[in-house]
Amino acid sequence: MSDPIWVEVCDAEDIEEEDVVRFDYGDRTFAVYRTDKGDYYATDGYCTHEKFHLSNGLVMGSVIECPKHNGRFDIPTGAAKRAPVCVDLTTYPVKLDADKVYIRIPS
Amino acid sequence: MNAQGMVIVGAGEAGARAALTLRSLGWTGAITLVGDESRPPYERPPLSKRHLVAEEELPPSVIADDRTLRDSGIERIGGEAAVRIDRENHLVELAGGRKLPYERLLLATGARPRQLSAEGTGAGELLYLRRFEDAERLRGRLRPRARAVIIGGGFIGLETAASAAARGCAVTLLEAAPRLLTRGVPQAIAERVERLHRQAGVEVRLGAAVAAIDRAGDALAIRLADGTELAADVALAGIGAVPETALAASCGLELDNGVKADARLATSDPDIYAAGDCCSFPHPLYGGRRIRLEAWRNAKDQGAHAAAAMLGSDEPYAVLPWFWSDQYDQTLLVAGLAEPSDTVVLRDLGEAGRLYFHLGADGRLSAVSGMGPSEAIAKPFRQAELLAEKRAAPPAEQLADPRIKLKTWLSE
Ligand SMILES: Cc1cc2nc3c(=O)[nH]c(=O)nc-3n(C[C@H](O)[C@H](O)[C@H](O)COP(=O)(O)OP(=O)(O)OC[C@H]3O[C@@H](n4cnc5c(N)ncnc54)[C@H](O)[C@@H]3O)c2cc1C
Ligand code: FES
Repeated sequence: MSDPIWVEVCDAEDIEEEDVVRFDYGDRTFAVYRTDKGDYYATDGYCTHEKFHLSNGLVMGSVIECPKHNGRFDIPTGAAKRAPVCVDLTTYPVKLDADKVYIRIPS
Repeated sequence: MNAQGMVIVGAGEAGARAALTLRSLGWTGAITLVGDESRPPYERPPLSKRHLVAEEELPPSVIADDRTLRDSGIERIGGEAAVRIDRENHLVELAGGRKLPYERLLLATGARPRQLSAEGTGAGELLYLRRFEDAERLRGRLRPRARAVIIGGGFIGLETAASAAARGCAVTLLEAAPRLLTRGVPQAIAERVERLHRQAGVEVRLGAAVAAIDRAGDALAIRLADGTELAADVALAGIGAVPETALAASCGLELDNGVKADARLATSDPDIYAAGDCCSFPHPLYGGRRIRLEAWRNAKDQGAHAAAAMLGSDEPYAVLPWFWSDQYDQTLLVAGLAEPSDTVVLRDLGEAGRLYFHLGADGRLSAVSGMGPSEAIAKPFRQAELLAEKRAAPPAEQLADPRIKLKTWLSE
């Protein structure tokens, strides 16, 4: 595997406060968040319970709730917070540069 | 107080959640989870969905494997039923003779499929769906072009019909009532579900009561009340479930459409609690009306709630009832308790599906239901559900207007 690379996701404004967007790269999918405090984070795009897009879920503060069966994760750490999810999400570093959001993913 | 430990009978959704929650809430004594199924607790909802559609056997979706249970200090006794409760001496007796002393006991015994009563030599060949083994037996019979007859137009029957159609079976669905989904779902959704199945090639017969089932070679001959005869290579009945109350009844606990629990989920014996499909309880959000639910989230949440109650919490269980069903690429959702007298307001979300708001006589939301493509309907439904949870009272004409965001009333 080669070094991780920074990939541009979208404009910073494209994600509303307390919201999440889906970002597909190659055959992978990610969820990119903006929390109520205005911080940006990224995790794997699918819930760890079943294969469901977290980008269709609700962000509540710094928690993402999967809309399928309402499992919850802590966005900054990816930690599973509420049943039925019990496996943590992988998280990815995020940076803002010239009002654009980038995430670092293993290529 | 820690000497005797907590005993849970029934290692399904509610039982497993209760065991894990007792530990996470700080109970340090023994916890024993007794189940008559031998495998570790698993989720039932996938049994009528991905397990049936799969070409190969899929492993069950385990809620807590033996390592997780061991790490939490929970002893699981599998493949053995609890057969007696000695309330006076606080003992649960297992089929093998072992007696477990309890400080507090939880009954999480679930429900079993209602048996169809029909005449004929083939009635015993009918399949039912509740356990992993049932799903595997059924999956093996859903071969391409097999004639599958599903009796019952409720959720289990409909999901099984969808899965059988996906496997290439020739599916006939029989419902005795004049419509599908007679419980808790508006007529408009029932009609859309019916159309969905017809489009997938399922023959839906309403008002079709089964009179007799006979063996006919390797197949079954199913005779309807109107004299029609159908040939089936595989037949399943999904006509509801009966709460599993034998153990509760044998020790004299009060029953009322299941094990009778109070708002905290205590039974008529203050040291015995009940949770999940096996119990009825008064719901504070609906004026204390006594209900029994057969729904996954309720089992999960009541398991956790009962654990807290066993440790002394006085909180009533007040979670909004919630149910989902997946059929083809569509998901159907219901939250709250709809009344036939409710005013139903449609919000058409176009490609994302439809929401139906149920407004009670007081103008407040009593329930919401919805149907749409699985990925698209989930988020709007969740917002609608949060409104129903608040018993919000938005004006009907605004609810009907998809340009007005549901968030508007959430923050009020
Ligand atoms: C095929 C199928 C599909 C479903 N799909 C959905 C869905 O899409 N959405 C939804 O919301 N809900 C769905 N449900 C309902 C949901 O699965 C149930 O509501 C939930 O499993 C109830 O959990 P429970 O713990 O109360 O009971 P159960 O999960 O039934 O567990 C009870 C356990 O107790 C055991 N037991 C009983 N008596 C004894 C005894 N005396 N000693 C020892 N063990 C005993 C039983 O064998 C069982 O293992 C579905 C159910 C089925 C069967
Ligand atoms: S798929 Fe996310 S909670 Fe089930």
